[in-house]
Amino acid sequence: MAEAVLRIQNLTKNFGGLRVTDDVTLDVMPGELHAVIGPNGAGKTTLINQISGLLAPDAGTILFAGEDVTNVPVAARAQRGLARSFQITSILPRFSVLENVALAVQARRGTSFRFFGHAADEEVLNAPAMAALAQVGLAERADALAGELSHGEKRALELAIALAMEPKLLLLDEPMAGTGHDETERLVAVLHSLKGRFPMVLVEHDMTAVFALADRISVLIYGRILASGPPAQVRADPQVVTAYLGEEME
Amino acid sequence: MAEAALSATETKTRRSLFAGNALPIAIFLLFALVPLFAAFRAEAYVLSLVTRVMIFAIAALALDLLIGYGALVSFGHAAFIGLGAYAVGILASHGINDALISLPAALALSGLFALATGIVCLRTKGVYFIMITLAFGQMAYFTASSLAPYGGDDGLTVRMRSTFAGLPVFANDRALYYICLIALLGAYLLCRTLVASRFGRVYRGARDNPLRMGTIGFDVYRFQLVAYVIAGMLGGLSGFLLANAAEFVSPAYMSWQRSGELLIMVIFGGIGTLNGAIIGAAAFLLAEEWLSGITEHWKVIFGPLLVVVALFARGGLIGVAERLRRMVRG
Repeated sequence: MAEAVLRIQNLTKNFGGLRVTDDVTLDVMPGELHAVIGPNGAGKTTLINQISGLLAPDAGTILFAGEDVTNVPVAARAQRGLARSFQITSILPRFSVLENVALAVQARRGTSFRFFGHAADEEVLNAPAMAALAQVGLAERADALAGELSHGEKRALELAIALAMEPKLLLLDEPMAGTGHDETERLVAVLHSLKGRFPMVLVEHDMTAVFALADRISVLIYGRILASGPPAQVRADPQVVTAYLGEEME
Repeated sequence: MAEAALSATETKTRRSLFAGNALPIAIFLLFALVPLFAAFRAEAYVLSLVTRVMIFAIAALALDLLIGYGALVSFGHAAFIGLGAYAVGILASHGINDALISLPAALALSGLFALATGIVCLRTKGVYFIMITLAFGQMAYFTASSLAPYGGDDGLTVRMRSTFAGLPVFANDRALYYICLIALLGAYLLCRTLVASRFGRVYRGARDNPLRMGTIGFDVYRFQLVAYVIAGMLGGLSGFLLANAAEFVSPAYMSWQRSGELLIMVIFGGIGTLNGAIIGAAAFLLAEEWLSGITEHWKVIFGPLLVVVALFARGGLIGVAERLRRMVRG
């Protein structure tokens, strides 16, 4: 059996008296899309934040590409190939769309302690950035200011930034959050095209999208994993239906 | 289609290249021509005034690099001017006058101080950063005040201006003027190159969204520290020139009022434009000179003037000019 890209073991996190991550064990295999679903407040974003390093867990370990990264800082994890998108769009609004993505390329290519030369004109950075933009359908907006994009376009930009990092794992925190019907369809199509090429952890509320995309689904309720398995199995799980899917699937 | 798009971006860059350069070219031409006009009347006075403007413009540029491009509001930047000046003064009092020694000493001293304090300051954010830079600035001020062998509170006279490899190139006022102009031009070009470089792009990104920069793999602290050291050394350069121009070194160079004045220069001119820092330094020092000629209580006029600028001229003088230009163009 191939080795997991990401292996989380017995992860626990408390906010004061509240246990937001409760003994979570989960893994992502190469090429796998592992969806994490659950009601609001189940601790999905908290889990993503611990994986990307923005929050330190109280207990448990995170193994990424066979290495224990539990205490590795955010930037160093990103350098190792852990890319993430944010539920609430996090971009550089005053930079052009292209520069937002080119910065992610720059993080992986050569040194950034270069004090001369016009970074915005560097073809070695712009070409891969354009390629990432093309993958999410934003190539035509490359010269626009990131802050002036529509909400759906910003969501696509988040994805392009993550792709430009040449990631070994994509952590997607509600990539479709707040998008309209057409935009959701477009993003789902983009995710479909990425599936298999990158292992992904997908946190999402859109159940149609999740069941269409996921190889495996874990259901998180009150910080605990209630059920984990292939979509068909999770959909049929009576516990999951009572606790979560019942209301969502109607 | 693609060709049309390409040529469209080309015209755009060409126009913005011109728009970006017309103002600095005008500024530096003006500085270069001042001695010619000054030759007709009150030469010494005009030269020394504009020399001061250029010296403080260097420090203001450095501060704009921190505030405008890094969102690092330093309230202690005058300390670096003082350190540069004291390097000259102290060495001169021991008979070492050559710029080949005192300039590197000034840069090293201010750079080291920036490194040592930056390591601490940059771990804080926002108001705390302002407070801690102020604290370090005051620390430098009180240290200088207590240097009894070097004049303490009273400061110390620099008996002879720096030489360069033994040549008295700083001795002539006009020569000193052009040396300051070259230094300002160098500082300006350095800052412009820096902010557009790979390094500068990361540094600017950290200003807008440090969280995002961290999650794409940049440890922004390291970038900010390097920028802080560069800005500190530019402050030191300004101090080196100030000690030569004033032929005097005083703890007052480092006082928090001085740091506040530098902030006013940058904000007055327009934050994050570099051109604004130079214009702001000129506007501040010339207004101070002009108003203090009218009345002894010039601060009574100057204070409200600053309030008006803060209230109505968002983006500083550069911002006002920008809006006027847009209005004229419709």
